[in-house]
Amino acid sequence: MTTESLPFPGLRDVPAADAPQNRKEFTSDQEVRWCPGCGDYAVLAAVQGFLPDLGLKRENIVFVSGIGCSSRFPYYLDTYGMHSIHGRAPAIATGLATSRSDLSVWVVTGDGDALSIGGNHLIHALRRNVNMTILLFNNRIYGLTKGQYSPTSELGKVTKSTPMGSLDNPFNPVSLALGAEGTFVARTIDSDRRHLTSVLSAAAAHRGTALVEIYQNCPIFNDGAFDAIKDNDTKADAIIPLVHGEPVRFGTEGSKGVVRDPATGTLRVVDVAGPDNPDGEPAENLLVHDAHAEDPTTAFALSRLTDAGYLNQAPIGIFRQVDHPTYDDLAREQIQTAAAGETDTRQALAGLLNSGDTWTVV
Amino acid sequence: MTKQVKQLDRVIIRFAGDSGDGMQLTGDRFTQETATFGNDLSTLPNFPAEIRAPAGTLPGVSSFQVHFADHDILTPGDSPDVLVAMNPAALKANLGDIKPGASVIVDSHDFTTRNLNRAGYAENPLETDALDEYAVHAFDLTDMTVEAVKEFGLSRKDAGRAKNMFALGLLSWMYGRPTEPTITFLERRFAKAPDIRDANVTAFKAGWNFGETTEAFVVQYEIKPAPMESGTYRNITGNLALAYGLVAGSTQSGLPLFLGSYPITPASDILHELSKHKRFGVTTFQAEDEIAGVGAALGAAFGGALGVTTTSGPGIALKSETIGLGVMMELPLLVVDVQRGGPSTGLPTKTEQADLLQAMFGRNGEAPIPIVAPRSPADCFDAAVEATRIAVTYRTPVMLLSDGYLANGSEPWRIPETDDLPMIDPQFATEPNHTGAKGQEEFWPYLRDEDTLARPWAVPGTPGLEHRIGGLEKGDGHGNISYDPANHDLMVRTRQAKVERIADTIPPLEVDDPSGEADVLVLGWGSTYGPIGAAVRQVRKTGLHVAQAHLRHLNPFPKDLGDVLKRYDAVMVPEMNLGQLSMLLRARYLVDVVGYNHVRGLPLRAAELADAITDLVEATTSTGDPLGDADTAEKEAAR
Ligand code: SF4
Repeated sequence: MTTESLPFPGLRDVPAADAPQNRKEFTSDQEVRWCPGCGDYAVLAAVQGFLPDLGLKRENIVFVSGIGCSSRFPYYLDTYGMHSIHGRAPAIATGLATSRSDLSVWVVTGDGDALSIGGNHLIHALRRNVNMTILLFNNRIYGLTKGQYSPTSELGKVTKSTPMGSLDNPFNPVSLALGAEGTFVARTIDSDRRHLTSVLSAAAAHRGTALVEIYQNCPIFNDGAFDAIKDNDTKADAIIPLVHGEPVRFGTEGSKGVVRDPATGTLRVVDVAGPDNPDGEPAENLLVHDAHAEDPTTAFALSRLTDAGYLNQAPIGIFRQVDHPTYDDLAREQIQTAAAGETDTRQALAGLLNSGDTWTVV
Repeated sequence: MTKQVKQLDRVIIRFAGDSGDGMQLTGDRFTQETATFGNDLSTLPNFPAEIRAPAGTLPGVSSFQVHFADHDILTPGDSPDVLVAMNPAALKANLGDIKPGASVIVDSHDFTTRNLNRAGYAENPLETDALDEYAVHAFDLTDMTVEAVKEFGLSRKDAGRAKNMFALGLLSWMYGRPTEPTITFLERRFAKAPDIRDANVTAFKAGWNFGETTEAFVVQYEIKPAPMESGTYRNITGNLALAYGLVAGSTQSGLPLFLGSYPITPASDILHELSKHKRFGVTTFQAEDEIAGVGAALGAAFGGALGVTTTSGPGIALKSETIGLGVMMELPLLVVDVQRGGPSTGLPTKTEQADLLQAMFGRNGEAPIPIVAPRSPADCFDAAVEATRIAVTYRTPVMLLSDGYLANGSEPWRIPETDDLPMIDPQFATEPNHTGAKGQEEFWPYLRDEDTLARPWAVPGTPGLEHRIGGLEKGDGHGNISYDPANHDLMVRTRQAKVERIADTIPPLEVDDPSGEADVLVLGWGSTYGPIGAAVRQVRKTGLHVAQAHLRHLNPFPKDLGDVLKRYDAVMVPEMNLGQLSMLLRARYLVDVVGYNHVRGLPLRAAELADAITDLVEATTSTGDPLGDADTAEKEAAR
């Protein structure tokens, strides 16, 4: 049986496990070596807890990573895995996913790995829409090399390599992925196990490249970077939850919401009308989130509601989820079409070698 | 009129014109006709890096040289007997290469003041004594072509474009080439444009008829077919042979071929060719850059495919980190480097043995990889199959070093029987290979085969063999990350030893020393095989003794190479670089080889090389020791 019967079209061709699995089976015998308190632990636990739910044969799952703290991830999962070189995991995974439709391919990368040294591979994987899931651990800092600013660090960040403050504007990974017309783009948080798992399920179910940005705390070099969206006192006003088909509304007791500005077409945050605030925006005017919209423009506008500096506000959830043909499916289809009726490759080879103008010497 | 027929044993013709004149096609067609006729042949296309350099200028000149004979030949020839020049620039750019007395056939149509100036001629050479040394035949080929094809109603410009076919027809008549293959070819090529098709066929025939009827040519030449081993032949370029070799490597190993590649001159034709062969299960992935090309190939190799990447020198520089990862992860990977002039962008369309040292050492750390080099265009097929054998058997990246001359040059190829091709067994791991401390069955990804030192190749999808590999140093056997000093020392040595083990399966070096009396050995690698062979023949014709050997395997070397080197008083190593093989030989065998080095972007000239060999042979025979430092007694003993 294949997972066709399961709710994961993304994993359609991956054989299903014969028996139920548990997290222990997905845990390798290697000692986990992240710093105490690192957000990576929570993501690992969530993934180890979630993989059994996919119901796939463990031997058909492959994790490919680049270089950086989070890229140690594959060592800790008892699946097939490759800890490759800096920035190149999406390229390596593209070759693997294209040549093997029966594998569930995951890429684990970080903000430096995916957006700096490997930026080119990331955008091209997204535009090709290769069937794989990319987990982008964004801690907004270089951890493994001990604390230099990263391409997602806020402007003016004082680090070892920028004692007077960093000078370059940060990337917004979700905006970047949507700009590359990624077909599945989402954001979640290391500490919110339930949200993380639901986003990962949706990402796995997606056929095509799924990019999941995971806000991940690095207590050693960038502690507190996500405090505003994690702290129980502030998070209601900081997180803009995106739920397909629901109005984009957040804040204590839904006091805030997102509307389209008719003058500019962009989105902005407003106070929603309520008993305490009769002059506020009527709730029916709020933008209803459509993750399946073919045009990524609104999703992009939503991504712009993320603070570029210290994070006091960020939309969380699935920004875009659309069905497009995948590169690897199309590549395999071309081969199938070309090979239709081809039975004896040795004979075909003889035919190939003898093609063109030939002559015989007796 | 009846023409005289003169027998020749060999001829070198160079077609030269503007980049837009279709000289490559003309040369290619003449070559096909010649191949079908049964001559041995060798070709040298030469074209500018610019797609269309300004028309009529020297940088825009494109040429195609073909050497054909009634006996076996090894090179496209140093110096043409016949130059076909379609404009003043083509004449000017090529005149320096031809022998006095050579025939020069010129299309006089473009010899106008403007075009003469553009080519740098102050006076029309057809009207001065500038060409007195040559047998010049100048005609307005363009006008004759336009006249011949006027019934098809093409514009004058379009009609004139068929002039290359007129020239081809004329040369085909002169050398008694069969015409049917070209007519069939034109009919197929222009099937969708009947007027162009008819114009080309008509121009071609008109050229032939012109030769037959004009009084300007009184002699027709005949070059008998060359005796060749029985079999079916076709003419083939190195890039095509290499692509076929990769397909054969795939069918012989049963591994689907995955090519990850980024376009680069002069390697792109391999990508183009392989993309046509999807019916063999070939995937061609045009990546976003060189790094992604090799990365995807390595990812596919992890999944059990025959991963291949094709490039040229600058691309290798970009891929080196990934090749190092392949060395560390010990996965099969074919890296094809069609070398070109360097450094940097260098000479994209010209040949050079630029990258032997890059192939050997161009990675961080101790990262040995096997290196295989074809020696002629057709040999690219066998070299690709051999590179596949090594990569798959030893689980290692392998560098296949072709070059621009091999890539675009062509020669007749005796098509092998597929049954004669070697079978390559990937021997995938399917079972645990180790029993753990608690008696549990485990898979150890770095537990090696005792003979080959290769590690097991367990592909995803194999139950029970889940494992993680990567660029960090691996512990011997179990393959987990290890920073242990002794383990690193062991692993570095083991990776080196594995590559050296390949020598167990490499045949002894063939030394061609017919008289057995040679004191001098000429040793080469790669595409210099032809020029070295031709030069050695010339030297032997003068009565001197000289031995020749050629390396296919550059890493590891054949086991007996050291012994062979020591058998000779002097060893000359001709290379199209500043002495890269020389450096390796000196370092490895402490033999002070004599370099012969040219880096002109063109194949070595056999005649010049023959002079250099003659000088060395004479110096060696007179002193017994050209360098004055060899222990002669030891050498005698070694013999
Ligand atoms: S440096 Fe930061 S990101 Fe890296 S392991 Fe430590 S806490 Fe985690």
